[in-house]
Amino acid sequence: MGKVNKGAGAIADVIVAGAGPAGTNAALAAAASGLDVVLLDEQDAAGGQVWRKPLDGLNGLPETAELKAGNALRERLIASNVRFLPGRRIWSVSGQYRVDVIGADNPEFFEAPHLIAATGAHERVVPFEGWTLPGVIGLAGATTLIKSGGIVPGNRIVVAGSGPLLTAVAAGILKLGGTVAAVVDIAPLGAWLKALPALASVPSLLAQGAVWTLAIGRARVPVYRGHAVVRALGNGRLEQVVIGPVDAAGAPVAGSDAFTIDADCLCVGNGLVAGSDITRCLRAGHTYDRLRGGVVPVLDDAGRTSRAGLYACGDGYGIRGAAMAESAGVLAGLAAACDAGAISAEEMQRRAAPHRATFAARRRFSDAMAGMMALRPEQVRAIAPETVVCRCEDITRGAIDAAIAAGAKDLNQLKHFTRCGMGPCQARMCGDVVAELLAIGTGDRAALGALTMRPPLRPVPLEALLGDFSYSDIPIPEPAPL
Amino acid sequence: MSYDLVIVGGGVHGCTAALFAARGGMKVALVERGALAREASGVNAGTLTMQMTRVALIPYALRAHAMWANAREWLGHDVGVVVCDGLSLAFTEQEAQLLSYRAGKRREAGAPIDLISGTEAKSIEPGLADGVLLAGHCRVDGFANAYLTGLAFQRALREAGVDVLEYTPATGIEREAGGFAVLTSAGPVRGKRLLLAGGVWIEPMLGWLGIRLPIKTLVNQLAVSERVQPVMRTVVGIANGLLSLKQYPHGTVVIGGGWQGIGDRERGGVELVPERLIGNARLACHAIPALRAARMVRAWAGLEAETADALPAVGPVPGIPDAYVCGSVHSGYTSGPYIARLLAEHLLGKEPSLPLFPIDRLLAPATGREGLT
Repeated sequence: MGKVNKGAGAIADVIVAGAGPAGTNAALAAAASGLDVVLLDEQDAAGGQVWRKPLDGLNGLPETAELKAGNALRERLIASNVRFLPGRRIWSVSGQYRVDVIGADNPEFFEAPHLIAATGAHERVVPFEGWTLPGVIGLAGATTLIKSGGIVPGNRIVVAGSGPLLTAVAAGILKLGGTVAAVVDIAPLGAWLKALPALASVPSLLAQGAVWTLAIGRARVPVYRGHAVVRALGNGRLEQVVIGPVDAAGAPVAGSDAFTIDADCLCVGNGLVAGSDITRCLRAGHTYDRLRGGVVPVLDDAGRTSRAGLYACGDGYGIRGAAMAESAGVLAGLAAACDAGAISAEEMQRRAAPHRATFAARRRFSDAMAGMMALRPEQVRAIAPETVVCRCEDITRGAIDAAIAAGAKDLNQLKHFTRCGMGPCQARMCGDVVAELLAIGTGDRAALGALTMRPPLRPVPLEALLGDFSYSDIPIPEPAPL
Repeated sequence: MSYDLVIVGGGVHGCTAALFAARGGMKVALVERGALAREASGVNAGTLTMQMTRVALIPYALRAHAMWANAREWLGHDVGVVVCDGLSLAFTEQEAQLLSYRAGKRREAGAPIDLISGTEAKSIEPGLADGVLLAGHCRVDGFANAYLTGLAFQRALREAGVDVLEYTPATGIEREAGGFAVLTSAGPVRGKRLLLAGGVWIEPMLGWLGIRLPIKTLVNQLAVSERVQPVMRTVVGIANGLLSLKQYPHGTVVIGGGWQGIGDRERGGVELVPERLIGNARLACHAIPALRAARMVRAWAGLEAETADALPAVGPVPGIPDAYVCGSVHSGYTSGPYIARLLAEHLLGKEPSLPLFPIDRLLAPATGREGLT
């Protein structure tokens, strides 16, 4: 018998979902206030995506600033009394609040009056012809390979897309001894120059970016700014990447010459999408915010959502970057501690003050970075009709346009008409782009909202969900009337 | 401008009634607050089975099954109907007794259900687990792809000349000389006759006419797997009716059976109850063990309407000439097309081939009329 049927869920004061920079800091702040905190993460170690821990037994990886920051965070977590449970995949959030997970021998659940959602963002890839070819991977996927395994994802790599991940990935590949054939940045140089004063507001991060950029320059990697991938070519796997110039809005420049780069790997990403998974599932109030990565919960200045006891922080609930995620996490942890009565409002304000200051000081930087990563509608408009948009279900731009022409007016309806978003990625891959396509006709992206979010929050093997059971244990309800 | 018939509610009942009324020569408007067939009619499990159908509805469900199987002919558009065998399983002596009794009653009502052994059941459904004591076997079974319902009806209704007003919530009804005015966000829609086909919302709709008909709202949870290799080829249920399981041609397996989530008429299906998703999944995997290897990728909830006696509300509205109601049919997706067509025939002045389900039986004598103007 699993724990589930016996109702023997573990009780805590606070549950934190996600052990990245935001969630871990939230858990530490709440625990330091005397609360019993359960911290859950799907990975085997804290750190999230940005401060990811290398796989066990891997020595000699480059000692990056991010690895140092991650190690410091992991040490603070070990020294704390937070109950950190790694290797747990959250598949359901419900009630006020119950979190169901798989990953242990049997399905488990945890209950607490306070839930802090910090589950992180996912990558946006604006589709182009050939993007589903083997050899084409996301910038985020490349980051994982580089950071956790010290793995270079190909022999000759094109790094393309938008935002700061471009330079981070290219520099990461170079540092591991890999070959970068080109960096293709949709933003023109002017956009970066314009952002420079804002980026300079956090000198340490600007310096990090500068180190990466210098490394790319030293390696004489061609950098094509104001360019985007037109198509990926290859017989069964990637062989060539065709790129061409785009205008400031991200639209391909008509009549200009595209050119071809030989490559066996293309790492491509167009910024991050705030999935808002947990807050959407629990039906807190949301708003559409293009800069923050899509549909995000409405939060107060300490991360409180519209639902009592539910908090959100980190990029999954509004793209701000790791720099602000730490402070946002501390604030959410303190807010939960304050609402739980563990600390007074005055104490909370006192302890929150330095983090509010950090938050304020980094806002310009964070907004500038988020701006570089935000969706460019013209890039979506340029997707060719025959290009696959929903790769799980193999739905093309043309099929989506046909469904819109047939009268699909909202996202759930478009899903019914096409199966777009019904596959294992649960619309994480395509949802943001599909919403943008639908908005071309309706004209109002914000009004479209998001697909209804339901459990399972991630695909779950039924085997793992079932746990050990015998037939007589199944609590079968009363039969329907005859 | 006045229509011959204004229908409020664009689910399978409202849409089918609109289609046949229009084909019968009536000028029809259909008013729907959202898109067609996006509530119960679009999110139900799509099961077209006799073995979960109420005994009193079996004659209707059999005829409706034949309609679904020929959807291309009368609807003209695909809803992905697959006709296949259906099995209702008993794993325990108690379930075997329940199954024998229930299958017998359904058989008396005309459903071609045979009781077979576990071994015979396994020859029909090789994916079955061992340990089946007894099974009800029905050749009249199958399923539709419920999420295609809206698109199919949208096209059919346009072709039939029905004025479909989607995203047009009705807010009230006024009786006036020569008929009714349905008040909507787009202004009044006038008709000589009125049909309320709002599923669980029939209760507030009848309230606009001063009639109180309590409708209970069920919140049925459903889950679906990713696409997997074939693990089953029949519709599989269980004696007590709390499992419906089938694999679609594209490979996904839909797990249902009416396990209840949290929600209501006002807010819809608010929340899925995790232990009931687990219970439903356990039952499914107990029946079809190969399903264990699949991943669950989505789950959702749909509302189902139920009257006090769990029989349909289909017929004239008592005391209000030219007003009709159609809905609250148990397993309504299965029987809906036939029952709504019956009502359309009634409206067209034909003698319906099977009786309707007038709501007089459900109205308390002292209630209902005080709000009338």
